Amino acid sequence: MKAVGAVLVLGGGIAGIQASLDLADAGFKVYLMDKEPTIGGVMTQLDKTFPTNDCAMCILAPKLVGAGRHPNVELLTYTEIVELKGEEGDFTATLKRKARRIDPEKCTGCGDCARKCPVEAIDEYNMGMAKRSSAYIKYPQAVPLIATIDKSKCIGCGICAEVCKAEAVVYDEEDVTFELNIGSVILAPGFEAFDPSTLTEYGYGRYPNVVTSMEFERILSATGPYRGTVLRPSDGDLPKKVAFLQCIGSRDERVGNSYCSGVCCMYAMKEAVIAQEHNPGLEATIFFMDLRAFGKEFDDYYIRAEKEHGVRFIRSRVASTRQVPGSRDILLSYVEDGEVKEESFDIVVLSVGLNPPHDSAELSDAVGIELNRHGFAKTSLFKPLETSRPGVYVCGAFQGPKDIPDSVAQASGAAAKASKGIAQERGKLITKVEYPAEKDVAGVEPRVGVFVCHCGINIGGVVDVPDVVEYARTLPGVAYAEQNLYTCSQDTQDKIKENILEYDLNRVVVASCTPRTHEPLFRATLREAGLNEYLFEMANIRDQCSWVHMHQHEAATEKAKGLVRMAVAKARLLKPLEKPVIKTTPVALVIGGGLSGMTSALEIADQGYEVHLVEKAGELGGNLRHIKYVPTGENPEEELWKLVERVSGHPNIEVHLGTQLADAHGYIGNFESTLVSERGETVVNHGVAIIATGGVEYKPTEYLYGSEGVMTQFELEAKLHKGYKPDTVVMIQCVGSRCEERTYCSRVCCTGAVTNALRIKETNPDADIYVLYKDMRTYGFKEDYYREAADRGVIFIRYTDEDKPIVEEQGGLRVTVTDPVLREKVAIPADAVVLAAAILPSEDNAKLAGMFKVPLSKDGFFLEAHMKLRPLDFATDGVFLAGLAHGPKTLDECISQASGAAARALTILSQPTIEVDGAIAKVDEDRCSGCRMCEHVCEFNAIEMVEDEEGKVRSHVIPEVCKGCGVCVATCPSGAITAGHFTDTEILSQIITALQEVEA
Amino acid sequence: MTDFEPKIIGFLCNWCSYAGADLAGVSRIQYPTNLRIIRVMCSGRVDPALPLGFLAEGADGVMITGCHIGDCHYIDGNLHAKRKYGLLERLVAKAGLEPGRIMLDWVSASEGQRFADIVTGFTDQVRELGPNPAVTDPCVKLNLMAAKAAAAEYRLRALVGKEEKLVTEGNVYGEEMTQEEFDRIMEEVVETEFTRNKIRLILSVKPMSVKGLSAETGIDSRIILDHVVALRQRGWVDLHEVQGNSPVYRAMEVQ
Repeated sequence: MKAVGAVLVLGGGIAGIQASLDLADAGFKVYLMDKEPTIGGVMTQLDKTFPTNDCAMCILAPKLVGAGRHPNVELLTYTEIVELKGEEGDFTATLKRKARRIDPEKCTGCGDCARKCPVEAIDEYNMGMAKRSSAYIKYPQAVPLIATIDKSKCIGCGICAEVCKAEAVVYDEEDVTFELNIGSVILAPGFEAFDPSTLTEYGYGRYPNVVTSMEFERILSATGPYRGTVLRPSDGDLPKKVAFLQCIGSRDERVGNSYCSGVCCMYAMKEAVIAQEHNPGLEATIFFMDLRAFGKEFDDYYIRAEKEHGVRFIRSRVASTRQVPGSRDILLSYVEDGEVKEESFDIVVLSVGLNPPHDSAELSDAVGIELNRHGFAKTSLFKPLETSRPGVYVCGAFQGPKDIPDSVAQASGAAAKASKGIAQERGKLITKVEYPAEKDVAGVEPRVGVFVCHCGINIGGVVDVPDVVEYARTLPGVAYAEQNLYTCSQDTQDKIKENILEYDLNRVVVASCTPRTHEPLFRATLREAGLNEYLFEMANIRDQCSWVHMHQHEAATEKAKGLVRMAVAKARLLKPLEKPVIKTTPVALVIGGGLSGMTSALEIADQGYEVHLVEKAGELGGNLRHIKYVPTGENPEEELWKLVERVSGHPNIEVHLGTQLADAHGYIGNFESTLVSERGETVVNHGVAIIATGGVEYKPTEYLYGSEGVMTQFELEAKLHKGYKPDTVVMIQCVGSRCEERTYCSRVCCTGAVTNALRIKETNPDADIYVLYKDMRTYGFKEDYYREAADRGVIFIRYTDEDKPIVEEQGGLRVTVTDPVLREKVAIPADAVVLAAAILPSEDNAKLAGMFKVPLSKDGFFLEAHMKLRPLDFATDGVFLAGLAHGPKTLDECISQASGAAARALTILSQPTIEVDGAIAKVDEDRCSGCRMCEHVCEFNAIEMVEDEEGKVRSHVIPEVCKGCGVCVATCPSGAITAGHFTDTEILSQIITALQEVEA
Repeated sequence: MTDFEPKIIGFLCNWCSYAGADLAGVSRIQYPTNLRIIRVMCSGRVDPALPLGFLAEGADGVMITGCHIGDCHYIDGNLHAKRKYGLLERLVAKAGLEPGRIMLDWVSASEGQRFADIVTGFTDQVRELGPNPAVTDPCVKLNLMAAKAAAAEYRLRALVGKEEKLVTEGNVYGEEMTQEEFDRIMEEVVETEFTRNKIRLILSVKPMSVKGLSAETGIDSRIILDHVVALRQRGWVDLHEVQGNSPVYRAMEVQ
């Protein structure tokens, strides 16, 4: 079978970006396509993200830049797919690139066209609450940073072409259809927010103070229309009271969306908390049906929102809104505790659900995949990443509504799937850059070249650039200085290289924009010219000068000179640094032989790498062994056996049963672990480790557990499997979860209860089943089973922490609970009382965490590197996690994560060597006192204490692990550590020149 | 009002109209004394901001005369004058001033009599309208100043500058644009630029809230907020303070 080592990723949101980066890092060519002019998707519009309240753009921007700059990723923005022909391993995609009417090679993203365009259009990025021009850049951090002419709004006046100094405007550009040959396809087109204008009862579109949650997201954002202060759209006043209405367009069959969108409860709480932060004194109220805070540490967020931030929660579905004439306040009527109440609010936020993209039918036609009945990609429980067409995979919200970390995990998982069939083609289609030998600059007098950028008129319009160039020529060590219209353009790169050779430059300073986006480009230029890339420094005279002092030409020019002087001073002291190269052992250690561990092991082994799979128990399978029924109808036992069979028979997998880890040390690419079993000890060298140690079911102490007829859901399943047919069953949810001792939600129990209830109803339709719950958390498509259970007569009764059910044994079991509708106690005699027991972290977690120097969460699960964007990684490179070890989750989520962890691991395993940043810490061992303070402060475990010949303990930085943050440098009481590229001398030289400037 | 004598400013192009006025003199043709003539080289020089400025300062009428179409000394300068006059008309209307206070006509170097007739007719017309309300009504004055500021805006000037080309030769895509289409676009831009400049002027006198601006202008506060968003984007307006529940904005000095 022919295979092509390239993958087409459709959709450049966070999921598409993550999948692309994982594939590109693992040696595949990636085409990342987006129909928008920029990648980034919906996440770019979000203000903060739950549960950490991280700024969305701050955490996303590095990924955007990473995808934009990756040599193996080709961005195909403003492009749509027309057709996908061929088969797994060898597809031909027909794509249509829409006319952007701006030459991407020439456009520098300066934005002059947008500023001069006479036509205004609705700014979609700001959800219509601001205006943009017809020639526009969607948002300031856009990747690629290229303008686009919106032909639907453009009147063709020709002004942008006249003002564009880069001559990038091409009015006669036409749509181009072209073909790509790829091996696999990943679909990540994301979702679209539900449009509530069809629900006329909520007044959206009619009442200015009724907004959607996406609009509110922009209202909260500092880059949004109101600069982050919440204002009433009707009159610009500060609102006192904001209400959030949940489930708008979700859990609502009238609008065709029976499913739960899964994310709205959390984002509403986040928006409420942030709104209160932005507008002190604002009162936020959330009207909801079930509060679905089912994710990792989400319930803690819920508790904090209520207890610390004072967000008011009202359990009531509000049916309609009314505008108060005159004030334009919004009046809500609702039922609480059986009483009809009325209350008016300044702003009502409709927490809109997640719809599939409006063109998902066209997309599915073009790509040839089936959709499920909700219009999302059709997948199955045990194959959550696979579409109906082999070789076409899916991830993110298009697979089903989900939040960012779940999307990211799936994206990595899809990357693993997409690379499996083309693994033999790894590395064949990627570009390898060769650089000339580096010039030795040791002992050579610094000769600095200074390149000052006009950035069109962005800098030149404010700062007197020729004056800055003249000034630069007078600075000590400067051998050459010049100005460029755009220093970042390709022709300037060639010019810089020529100048380096012609003037024998050995340091380069670029005075332009921010190093955060442009330093890698200039560093590459230095390498191409035979200079060490660390002999480069930037002066940020745009973002931090001309843009912020637009009306102070002289002062801005003086400041620009000062910034150049500081940069030159530092440049003179810069030293070439070597990038450590790590050799990697292409072997993986997977700890835990449950569903997650086995899945990870297979993904890696299938791509040709050796795997050691360690399982503590005497057999593989973990918790999957206890699962007899799934709501989707598959047979979990069969799936288990298939997996065990494949793992056991795989030539690349060595299974270590009845084995535990005794010790592990080393670092990314080079770990050494000791395995112990009854058979003795084995030492395994491996390049990566995946922790998939699972979880255990809580053994309840409450509700008479242990008595005849009282059992956990697992135990019920086992009994049902043996033909147990109870007539009256009472299921009690949240046993050991969402309590004081364990605040978290175990995520799977609501669906588990519904599944087992349906199973009982199947064999015994007359059975009376009661589910006593706090919030039914059947998120996503699982809501359909909840509805089905209710339709089939399962009775759901909500209880509260203050008034929990009571289980008594009086010649049989009897459960007493308060019916919240009738508001009186009901007693239910039961054959079986089934407890939804919590999922607990594995008791081995602490030991393992110590060995790999990775942290645990407060609940005892493993704590990932970043809750939002690095759900499968640890801060310690080369160690990954998947499944219940990360937190409670469903089977399909475990599989997605496990495949994802494998993909993350494959980015390391697939490379014989890894080059890491050279700007790292270094210890002067003669000055080290061995106090270990550096070791304590290092977040990355990059410090090891080494005993020297005299028996003295000295600190040593493991260069392969050090990230160069410099915390140890600032901590060391002996001053024994230097930070490469940010040495004290270098920083001091900047300070001194900065002060000279002040004196002058 | 019988003793009211309007103050009228006339912009005359050097080559035709100014010569026509001279001819009226040489020919001793009599016309009212109300007109003060400003010589410009071409009627196309008459930036709409200039007449608007005069009107804001209290002039009762502004007339512009140029060469007849086809006779312009600068090829098509008078066509540009016509386009610019179109903007002037729109802005005068926006400001709520009577359209009869401005006029554009063509007078050749040989039309001394015609010149005198035009001046007489226009003077009568303006006299009939009475004194410029801007003198007594600060609202009208503010509107005219806003109109003047809008006329100085890049967006409007760029559009006017492109009008001739767009409606006669089509746009850069080779698509035709009718005068009606252009007028629709123009009207939209004039409306937004006028309102935004008006808001900015009001705020430069006194910081105000969105609601205050709404009361002052009679425009729905929701639309005012949209304009404030745009004005903040441009750096023309910023938050001044918060009074009670209302953020109060002020105009920024713009260089």
